[in-house]
Amino acid sequence: MTDVRGVRGVTPVELTRKDFMSDQELRWCPGCGDYGILAALQLMLPELDIPPHEMVFVSGIGCAARLPYYMNTYGVHSIHGRAPAVATGVALTRPDLSVWVIGGDGDMLSIGGNHLLHALRRNVDLTILMLNNQIYGLTKGQYSPTSGVGKVTKSTPFGSVDHPFNPVSVALGAEATFVARTHDTDRNHMQEIFRRAHDHHGAAFVEVYQNCNVFNDGAFDDLLRRDARPDMLIPLRHGEPVRFGAEGQRGVALNEFAELVVGDVDDLGEDRLLIHDEHRPDATLAFALSRLAADPHTPTPIGVFRDVRRPVYEDEVSTQIEAEVERRGRGTLEELFRSGATWTVD
Amino acid sequence: MTTTTSGTEIAQHLLDRVVIRFAGDSGDGMQLVGDRFTELSALFGNDLATLPDYPAEIRAPAGTVAGVSSFQVHISSSDVVTPGDAPNVLVAMNPAALRANLHDLTPGATVIVNVDGFDARDLTKAGYTTDPLEDGTLDAFTVYEVPVTSLTLQATEPLGVKRRDAERSKNFFALGLICWMYTRPTRPLVEWIEGRFASRPTVRDANLAALRAGRNFGETAELFDHPFRIEPASLPPGTYTNINGNTALAWGLIAAAELSGLPLVYASYPITPASDILHELSRRKRFGVRTIQAEDEIAAASIALGAAFSGALAVTGTSGPGLDLKAEMLGLAVSLELPMVVVDVQRAGPSTGMPTKTEQTDLLLALHGRHGEAPLPVVAARSPSHCIDTALEAARIAVRSRTPVILLTDGYLANGTEPWRLPDPSALTPIDVDLTTEENHTDPDGRRVYWPYLRDPATLARSWALPGVPGLQHRIGGIEKQDGTGNISYQPENHERMVRLRRAKIDALGTDPVVASGLELDLQDGADLLVVGWGSTWGAITGAVRRLRDDGHRVAQAHLTRLDPLPLQLVDLLVTHPKVVCAELNLGQLTGVLRDRSLRDVRGIHQVSGLPFTARELARRLAEELDQ
Repeated sequence: MTDVRGVRGVTPVELTRKDFMSDQELRWCPGCGDYGILAALQLMLPELDIPPHEMVFVSGIGCAARLPYYMNTYGVHSIHGRAPAVATGVALTRPDLSVWVIGGDGDMLSIGGNHLLHALRRNVDLTILMLNNQIYGLTKGQYSPTSGVGKVTKSTPFGSVDHPFNPVSVALGAEATFVARTHDTDRNHMQEIFRRAHDHHGAAFVEVYQNCNVFNDGAFDDLLRRDARPDMLIPLRHGEPVRFGAEGQRGVALNEFAELVVGDVDDLGEDRLLIHDEHRPDATLAFALSRLAADPHTPTPIGVFRDVRRPVYEDEVSTQIEAEVERRGRGTLEELFRSGATWTVD
Repeated sequence: MTTTTSGTEIAQHLLDRVVIRFAGDSGDGMQLVGDRFTELSALFGNDLATLPDYPAEIRAPAGTVAGVSSFQVHISSSDVVTPGDAPNVLVAMNPAALRANLHDLTPGATVIVNVDGFDARDLTKAGYTTDPLEDGTLDAFTVYEVPVTSLTLQATEPLGVKRRDAERSKNFFALGLICWMYTRPTRPLVEWIEGRFASRPTVRDANLAALRAGRNFGETAELFDHPFRIEPASLPPGTYTNINGNTALAWGLIAAAELSGLPLVYASYPITPASDILHELSRRKRFGVRTIQAEDEIAAASIALGAAFSGALAVTGTSGPGLDLKAEMLGLAVSLELPMVVVDVQRAGPSTGMPTKTEQTDLLLALHGRHGEAPLPVVAARSPSHCIDTALEAARIAVRSRTPVILLTDGYLANGTEPWRLPDPSALTPIDVDLTTEENHTDPDGRRVYWPYLRDPATLARSWALPGVPGLQHRIGGIEKQDGTGNISYQPENHERMVRLRRAKIDALGTDPVVASGLELDLQDGADLLVVGWGSTWGAITGAVRRLRDDGHRVAQAHLTRLDPLPLQLVDLLVTHPKVVCAELNLGQLTGVLRDRSLRDVRGIHQVSGLPFTARELARRLAEELDQ
């Protein structure tokens, strides 16, 4: 068998943003949040020291799903919802590659919800970026599974009556081993989260709040307006008390019902503040943190909710194969054909 | 004919062939004894074919007709092409088994009934108002009433086995009896029982005791005059194994991976009757096979596509309902021009239909069941062991033309068995993958670049480069691509070109010297009738054509193992024969295609009962066509 795979590290020693940019013209609407997300990604990728030919970007359908065309890596622009499953096929076949999945809220939580759940459950080594703009953009403005109740769109002229998903809660419920949230107005935060998601061995899920300035402009303004951020974003930092506000005067603590509550630190008591632990094996507290914000209009945690180790799907598959080959030797067709009862005719 | 074998005083009737059907409740172990009898006969050297028939329910209500499970085996000293028309011997373990199978018997057949299962309650459950053993129902048959259950209990009593466990050995009593009747050496069977039940000594001993008791009963009871003997068949020299279609398919896929050097990735979702392919491949880790039980049929196809992009021999397997769901991913694979094999083990539909019963009703779905113009090659296996060749052919075509291929088998092939002569693995033809490992095009500015849609002028196949190769990064997707560069293109003339190219690429397989003809021909000079079939009906049609020829008719046979592109020779044959009949297990799917291609009044013989054709019935219906 010829080994056609590239050898790691044969490309330029010093990678730059340009190494990850394809020659295709960007076709998102002017002012779209996707531009900033793409830039953060392309600025961060050189730091990983992985040449572009060892990366595969897989997407489904939607505005966000166009991203692979703009990356000078290997890429598949597949079918609406199916990207996590297609990427599972890539990772299963080629554990040596760095595999990324890019999609939107409709793509990953509606038509592809099932595939997302199972990729997370299996803990396939994928870095999944879900760009959440709470709207269907490519089909020009229908409500999505993350749109709030009452949302008026072309398909909900009287307001949506669907209860939305909280993507971070969904990912935690699906046994994800790495779950984080970031937003398109903070490039440094995005780069940090993308890097950590990539460094996680296993399925990493990142929700990125992304503004659709054409069909759902300002959906996250309550959180992301510059003057609102200190009081509305709850930064999660491993090993530190969960607190926010310009003076750190607000905080999060457990109440007597084992629920998390947001309040003034003075009222809650400094020693009762929740200490964030990304590595807690039990996901209960991470889930409770995800429940703090039912919609982007109340204080919302951002950062890494959970980062734990669990065996990785394709590693386990490889291990079983290697163990069998080790134990009984590589099979040959001769053996295979004779593995049932045989008889000879002279 | 009577012969006496040296060393025994018992006279033996020499038979050319016999068809035996074991029938009982689904919990009675009929599939197991059928399998065992088949393997014994194979080891003995008979040619054979089998037809298991069982309900989809794991345990339908005991004693009812709905819960009857049966296994038919046809053994012969000469060439066998079908599991047999009508059983010569029916073993019925209860009244329901008798009732469910009686209509398949022809007068003179032998019926062995377990009389212990014929009390009033059993009769009622089976829907009998009077006892068929007494009311004349069986007058046309030779009936042997054997107290199978009580004799099994007696034989196992000294072992101290609990009554319920002992009763479960009664299938081995029946098997022992049939082994005596057809002079099968039981040594391999004893060894099999000893191995299989080694960890459960009580069960092992009970089964052995029941087997011996059944055999001795045949020898000592004066019910039967003589045992029968069926000489080994004169098969071509070689080493043989008895194989069913699902196992054969799995082995063919492993062989294709070895011959191509590509790692095999098989993604599948459990579905009857295709699951055994997943089971077989999941065991074969030593061959480097990667299997994944996906979350659904769509995911299985998606995973296969991702695997194909990454350089695997990517396969997904399913049955009809699953093929419906894989359609969107097949369309993408057509557009991405990636090699992939999709196995459809057809079953009776629509919807859930009858999951364990056979049909050929997915042909048009395979040919056309995708939106847009989305052509792909379709191949079909014609016998259980031919599933190996078909898997190899499907993989060869997929890789050669960078295309998804649908491989059709069905429930009959999946579970039916026949002897397969093992090939010399080193004599199998390698599959040339021809991967691109460097830039393949020069830009106007002299820069070397990679074009994923640069085509081979002969096969029209596009270039295939795998992730990991420096400099060949490319992005491909379901949006129409510019030929050559693979970049997104909405240009009208480019789309027209690409649609026609994708069709032309499939058509090019028809003249490709590396690809099999896809047509099995058995022509006859001056034939009045050409019988056309495809896939699993090959055995029954072959048997029927033999009968017609024996009766003095001049009949030609053309059997398709590739449905798209159709073999080039076919249209000529259709227009040059005075009469053309297409026999298939659907309401005329291939028949319509043949009419379309040839503009001939191709006649159709169709059956959609969930059962395969019998050669006898097919011969009768073909004879009617000849008379018209």
